[in-house]
Amino acid sequence: MSDKSHDPNQMTGAAMIVRALIDHGVQHIFGYPGGAVLPIYDEIFQQSEVQHILVRHEQGAGHAAEGYARSTGKPGVVLVTSGPGATNMVTPLADALMDSIPLVCITGQVPTHLIGNDAFQECDTVGITRPCTKHNWLVRDVNDLAKVLHEAFYVATSGRPGPVVVDVPKDVQFATGTYHPPRKSDVHVSYTPRLKGDAQQIRKAVALLASAKRPVIYSGGGVINSGREASRLLRELVEVTGIPITSTLMGLGAYPASGKNWLGMLGMHGTYESNMAMHGCDVMLCVGARFDDRITGRIDAFSPGSKKIHVDIDASSINKNIRVDVPIIGDAGSVLGDLLQVFKAEAKKPDIKAWWQEIAKWRARNSLYYKKSNDIIMPQYAIERLFEATRGRDVYITTEVGQHQMWAAQFYGFEEPHRWMTSGGLGTMGYGLPAAVGVQVAHPDSLVIDVGGDASVQMTIQELSTAVQYELPIKVFILNNQYMGMVRQWQQLLHGNRLSHSYTEALPDFVKLAEAYGCVGIQAIKPSDLDGAIHEMISVKRPVLFDCRVASLENCFPMIPSGKAHNEMLLPEQANDEATASAFAAGKALV
Amino acid sequence: MNQPANQPASAYFIEDRHDPSETHTLSVLVQNEPGVLARVIGLFSGRGYNIESLTVSETESQKHVSRITIVTTGTPMVIEQIKHQLDRMVPVYRVVDMTLTGRAIERELAMVKVRGVGEHRVETLRLADAFRARVIDATVESFVFEITGNTSKINQFIDLMRPLGLVEVSRTGVAAIARGPEGM
Repeated sequence: MSDKSHDPNQMTGAAMIVRALIDHGVQHIFGYPGGAVLPIYDEIFQQSEVQHILVRHEQGAGHAAEGYARSTGKPGVVLVTSGPGATNMVTPLADALMDSIPLVCITGQVPTHLIGNDAFQECDTVGITRPCTKHNWLVRDVNDLAKVLHEAFYVATSGRPGPVVVDVPKDVQFATGTYHPPRKSDVHVSYTPRLKGDAQQIRKAVALLASAKRPVIYSGGGVINSGREASRLLRELVEVTGIPITSTLMGLGAYPASGKNWLGMLGMHGTYESNMAMHGCDVMLCVGARFDDRITGRIDAFSPGSKKIHVDIDASSINKNIRVDVPIIGDAGSVLGDLLQVFKAEAKKPDIKAWWQEIAKWRARNSLYYKKSNDIIMPQYAIERLFEATRGRDVYITTEVGQHQMWAAQFYGFEEPHRWMTSGGLGTMGYGLPAAVGVQVAHPDSLVIDVGGDASVQMTIQELSTAVQYELPIKVFILNNQYMGMVRQWQQLLHGNRLSHSYTEALPDFVKLAEAYGCVGIQAIKPSDLDGAIHEMISVKRPVLFDCRVASLENCFPMIPSGKAHNEMLLPEQANDEATASAFAAGKALV
Repeated sequence: MNQPANQPASAYFIEDRHDPSETHTLSVLVQNEPGVLARVIGLFSGRGYNIESLTVSETESQKHVSRITIVTTGTPMVIEQIKHQLDRMVPVYRVVDMTLTGRAIERELAMVKVRGVGEHRVETLRLADAFRARVIDATVESFVFEITGNTSKINQFIDLMRPLGLVEVSRTGVAAIARGPEGM
């Protein structure tokens, strides 16, 4: 015992946790203390290398860590207590799993001898989080803790990234054991993701692309996750091949919105030209996206005449919804690099002038058209003005979920990857505000804006208090239409305009609410006030809650009605009551 | 199925799929760590896949490796999904579709309790002999048989025992291994 006391690697479990964070280069963690994590909080108190950000609700910690991870490419780290602390983390974990965000979540647990006894603040954390994590661990022996923590960082960040949970009982935090720094062997023995794409498949893909008459590239969040180099390679591939490119919600920014080959986002609320290009193409290159149901529309009518190449790091994403012709399993960046190299060496730019002419006709339909107003702020106009006012700045955008999210995706031009944080797969209302907190922690001098809705933002509004405490000057730009806009839109289109519980009778006064939290409250009601108010919001160096009163019954178009294919989009100019009714009536038979 | 007469429109695209179902036997090598079986079963229940039979035991104790044999049914696309979903789980080393290899031997063990007297007992023993079922327990009014074979042989034996006084059955589920010198 006495000789061991001089060994610097002998320490308590709680100390190991903080040491492991430091060894993995973690600078910030998000968390909330409680009985089962007090030893860890005691260690945090006694050091200064890891800064802890105290949130107001564990869900806020999770989304903040997600925003942090997405905007930096590093894993987000969360520390919460047992029982309710862990269950409050379930939503962010599920969100991160859907959107492939690397999170390491450390949860406290009741002492090992009480596990299974329904102890105070006990829950089966590994059981509850098993289906919403990439992997999780319950550590019963302090001597396993170092290895598990290092494995946790490895699993969260390698292959297809995702959230992991390490559940540490309180007695393990108190116990003394041997720590070891991260080493090469701290990988999970049975987990070896494949990064390099098959060379033969890549040749096949290049041959298809080179001989295509109507090709399209459809990229997704996998390109962003792969790192900045993947986005650079994607841009170069588009440049070298001259192929038009569209992207999913998650992939915005990998290719710049100002790029000449950009078609806009695709899918349910994507542009007409991108969906028509997907429908009519003869070769489709899908990189880091997963053909999910918001993208494909009706599956049996999805891009019927195309050869499909699918690049994904996760073999289970391939042939899940759509049969593809050339599957390539590998990291987006690595495969894009190989594709580019082979294309440059062996192929020439395909001649697709006629295809571009066809696309130009679709583009001319101006599918993002909306009717401007001098009296009321149209939500699309608000996003356009926000974009104009922030264009060229060092800006990060997060969103909540709903109509405002789609309008932000449609009307805000993203030029760079890692600048757009939104809850895509899970569709978590309340994501954007805490995510903005996380982004601002990582980028203290940047402009961080959460485009919110009046309903979504109230789900995690308490995190304004976190922003005030840490002097994080986030801007919460609320498109306030007093409805759960997307719910109301679906009720109008699909449920006979019976607006069941989608109207908020008693909204708070957001300006006063801002002041109560110690933020700045700004309101804009008329279009003529908007620019000035936005500039004020940007110039204030404090957190701002911006109440932008917008047209309350505006719908989000264009739109692929349910049960329809890409070429049956409903465009805004056609979306009069009659056309809308018949488009959706036809869908009824199918659904 | 879930199709009311006057189906309202939905935010999801719901399509019927009519591909024929196939039955496949999968062998899965896993790291024998706590919760690994819950993970595998949770995958099946969470994603709505079928489990017809599931057998699991540690097979290499030194390396903490367990072998799980799963018999499942689904369309070819679903079977492919199941394999990929299993394969991407962190504690899973390998997934082999024994049905696709076409070289697999499948065996199941069942213990079958039959109660009867007189002529029935004689008939029961005669059939058991034909199926190479062993008597592992006997009383003056009952037998317990142990029978090994593929699933259909065991089903057949149980069906024959039913009119002769079948009381209960305990089955292990399917274990499978490939023919030839190579391991998985």
